[in-house]
Amino acid sequence: MVNTVLEVQNITKRFPGVIANDSISFKLNKGEIHALLGENGAGKSTLMNVIYGLYKPDEGQIFINEEAVEVQNPHDAIARGIGMVHQHFMLVPVFTVLENIVLGSETTNGPSLNLRSPRKDIQKIIDQFNLDIDLDTITEDLPVGIQQRVEIIKALYRQVDILVLDEPTAVLTPQEVDDLFKIMRSLVDQGKSIIFITHKLKEVIEIADQITVIRRGKVVGSAKPDEADQQSLATMMVGRDVDMHLHKKKAEPKEMILEVNNLVVKDANGNVEVDDVSFEIKAGEIVGIAGVQGNGQTELVNALVGMIPTESGTVKINGLPATNASPRKVTEMGSAHIPEDRLKDGRVLPFTIADNMVLNTYYLEPFAKSGIRQQEEIKEFAVDLVEKFDVRTPSAENTASSLSGGNHQKEIDAREFSRPINLLIAAQPTRGLDVGSIEYIHHRIIEKRDEGCAVMVVSTELDEIMELSDRIIVMFNGKIIDTVNADEITKEQVGLLMAGVTA
Amino acid sequence: MTKENKKKDDQIKERSFGIVGVIWKKISVPLTSIFLALFIGGLIMAISGSDPFEAYGALFQSAFGDINGWGRTLEKATPLIFSGLAVTFAFKAGLFNIGTQGQLLMGAITSAYLGFAITGLPAIIHIPLALLGGALAGALFGSIPGLLKTRTGAHEVITTIMLNYVAINITDYLSNGPLKEVSSSDVVARTPPIEASAEIPQVAGLPLGFFIAIIFAVFVWWILEKTTLGFEIRTAGLSGTAAKYAGIKVTAIIVITMVISGALAGLGGAVETQGIVGRYQPGFNTGLGFDGITVALLGKVHPIGNIFSALLIGSMKAGGAKMQFVADVTPEITNVVQALMLFFVAADRVVRWIIRQRETDDEGLTLTTGWGN
Ligand SMILES: Nc1ncnc2c1ncn2[C@@H]1O[C@H](COP(=O)(O)OP(=O)(O)OP(=O)(O)O)[C@@H](O)[C@H]1O
Ligand SMILES: [Mg+2]
Repeated sequence: MVNTVLEVQNITKRFPGVIANDSISFKLNKGEIHALLGENGAGKSTLMNVIYGLYKPDEGQIFINEEAVEVQNPHDAIARGIGMVHQHFMLVPVFTVLENIVLGSETTNGPSLNLRSPRKDIQKIIDQFNLDIDLDTITEDLPVGIQQRVEIIKALYRQVDILVLDEPTAVLTPQEVDDLFKIMRSLVDQGKSIIFITHKLKEVIEIADQITVIRRGKVVGSAKPDEADQQSLATMMVGRDVDMHLHKKKAEPKEMILEVNNLVVKDANGNVEVDDVSFEIKAGEIVGIAGVQGNGQTELVNALVGMIPTESGTVKINGLPATNASPRKVTEMGSAHIPEDRLKDGRVLPFTIADNMVLNTYYLEPFAKSGIRQQEEIKEFAVDLVEKFDVRTPSAENTASSLSGGNHQKEIDAREFSRPINLLIAAQPTRGLDVGSIEYIHHRIIEKRDEGCAVMVVSTELDEIMELSDRIIVMFNGKIIDTVNADEITKEQVGLLMAGVTA
Repeated sequence: MTKENKKKDDQIKERSFGIVGVIWKKISVPLTSIFLALFIGGLIMAISGSDPFEAYGALFQSAFGDINGWGRTLEKATPLIFSGLAVTFAFKAGLFNIGTQGQLLMGAITSAYLGFAITGLPAIIHIPLALLGGALAGALFGSIPGLLKTRTGAHEVITTIMLNYVAINITDYLSNGPLKEVSSSDVVARTPPIEASAEIPQVAGLPLGFFIAIIFAVFVWWILEKTTLGFEIRTAGLSGTAAKYAGIKVTAIIVITMVISGALAGLGGAVETQGIVGRYQPGFNTGLGFDGITVALLGKVHPIGNIFSALLIGSMKAGGAKMQFVADVTPEITNVVQALMLFFVAADRVVRWIIRQRETDDEGLTLTTGWGN
């Protein structure tokens, strides 16, 4: 017997200039993992925010357990059994796991906080779903994947039956993804239902029971994972054939662009994050930096572009000293930097998209003349980039914060690709992008290489590293554990290196 | 192609936000706050046995009823515009300048000094010279918390509050010591009156200073919105890491911002000295700097908004006395109303709740800040 726990009917949500959801209908059955697929800006997050009570739909109806409801706000959503795990967690870093879970629904004994009976209840949930977590650890000490688990437990503790996971795998390591999938399975096996958003088609086929595809605010199709393959899903999503394999000619490395010698970087607490790293990148080659998140790649990039100071060692760009150069100096030496954390670095969310498009060139002609900003030039430039990179927005003068997750990324990519450069340092350049956009960005990266640019790609996606790189540097524990030519190594071998296993 | 795109872009923007809608969204919270504050003020009057309609009527009549009323209101509003601008400007860089009072005092006494100590200048030179002196004094005084913040990390709220006391004591000392007016009968601590050539005149019964203030409001808006410096200030104010990424020297921006903010406050003091008081006398400028905070917040920290909020607060100051005379309510009630306004704009969630405005629908605030947002 099929039991529909959540149904949305003809949901329409408009923003100024866009119809984010255009009469969307779909059903979530009990015990089902329902994957939502769609291009960047298709309207997936908007729909979830409507269901979770963050947005009021302009039209349409929501049914929970076949009863029409109006979800007023997230509180209301939770009370009706709907929980949502956001990608950026809303946890208090210095609280213990237990404190974070009860936060917002504390019980008290007189004036003091009662943690004993919640602890019992929470432990029961942990055992029931095999969540495996220590309730007394300080939250900030936990890896991202486990913090996400805290969010899931938090929702379960509030007795939700429906869990919305909006791109939960975007920042997880492959191992963490596996763990998450086990948890998701265990949840649906015991009667919970899950809406799962991702751009990784492989994951959809692996975990989903039902797939709904959205394009430009409309449902354009649905599929069962056993009848679908990645290629067909991609086509349905983007509305055209997507070439999932990259074709590139052999690299022809030329002059030296980036030279890094014995670089050491420490964090604020004095821990060594980058440990005596030396490598070089020549014009016309793509070097991929592979590694599990947290093995020094972030700090390496930040030190190279001048965001954090180095401890010792030297950096040269185009043969010129660039150790501890300021971000502006590095930019002016002809490099571009796509930062890893697209919401925090490299963007000002309340600014317009146009202003963000010139964030690091605002002071140069033609965007400014003798200290006066040239609004028209800026806007023209931005409108062009918006079109070229297919940033989905009704206007370049909308605030950057109105963009969808993937379009945030496209906006940064567009800006950094827009200048003449000879060094491109790209950290997670396709995180959160749909397959069509990934294809586009990958082509631009290869185009830059072929124009004679030195490219450094940092990615936790092994597939991306394998596809793009001419050479691969694997980092482990802050050190370079190996440097290999991409066509002489298999994905499995790189995977082993990433885990610190040397032959 | 490019031009076409841009035109399309413009059209979409125009279609999606009606101009009235945009303005309403910007000013709905301050407007509602004002009415709520007036309403509660009225309730208090009614409870204490006066007629609020009569009182507000007298206030309005006195502040806007005739040219003299307007003159008084504009006079009161003038220094408030400047101190409001000072707070606004700092705010854009993410700095909370509580020191406008001190900067204003330093500006006021400096312009008084230049006003009485220099003689024989034509007004066309003397007026701007004394104003400039006031601005410089404010700038210098404003630079201190800026430097302290960038050099030692001391928070500007703390240092500016402390520097207010420093300014009060310096000006008290100067006006009671080296700069004190010497006359046989005069025991009051104050400077001599400024030369007529330093006095800012009235035009058609209205204070010229007010129009200078408007010019500065537009100027501040222009700096913030149209110059690269303004862009740097706003970027630094919204995101330190983004500013760093953009190649902006955040420490330099902090100092420059505090210098300009201090100069604006100093100008407020100078305009007050040269346009109204005619000398420096302790106690005559009290609160003008602090009121800048109310003015700035009520004006939605927008330079042009400041003009309107300063007019409002100015009118209450101008009409308060008449209100007491006519309706027998203490003029302090205007302070209560002003405090309530500040309370409501600061607690804007309360107001939004009252007018049923969702934050999400309003300014595109990101609620879900995830990758998948
Ligand atoms: N607060 C907002 N104001 C204006 N427009 C918005 C707002 N939120 C979303 N949009 C627009 O609505 C559309 C759908 O956005 P949504 O975030 O739902 O996309 P998405 O499917 O989640 O995409 P992604 O995969 O990139 O995360 C986009 O065009 C976006 O620009
Ligand atoms: Mg999304």
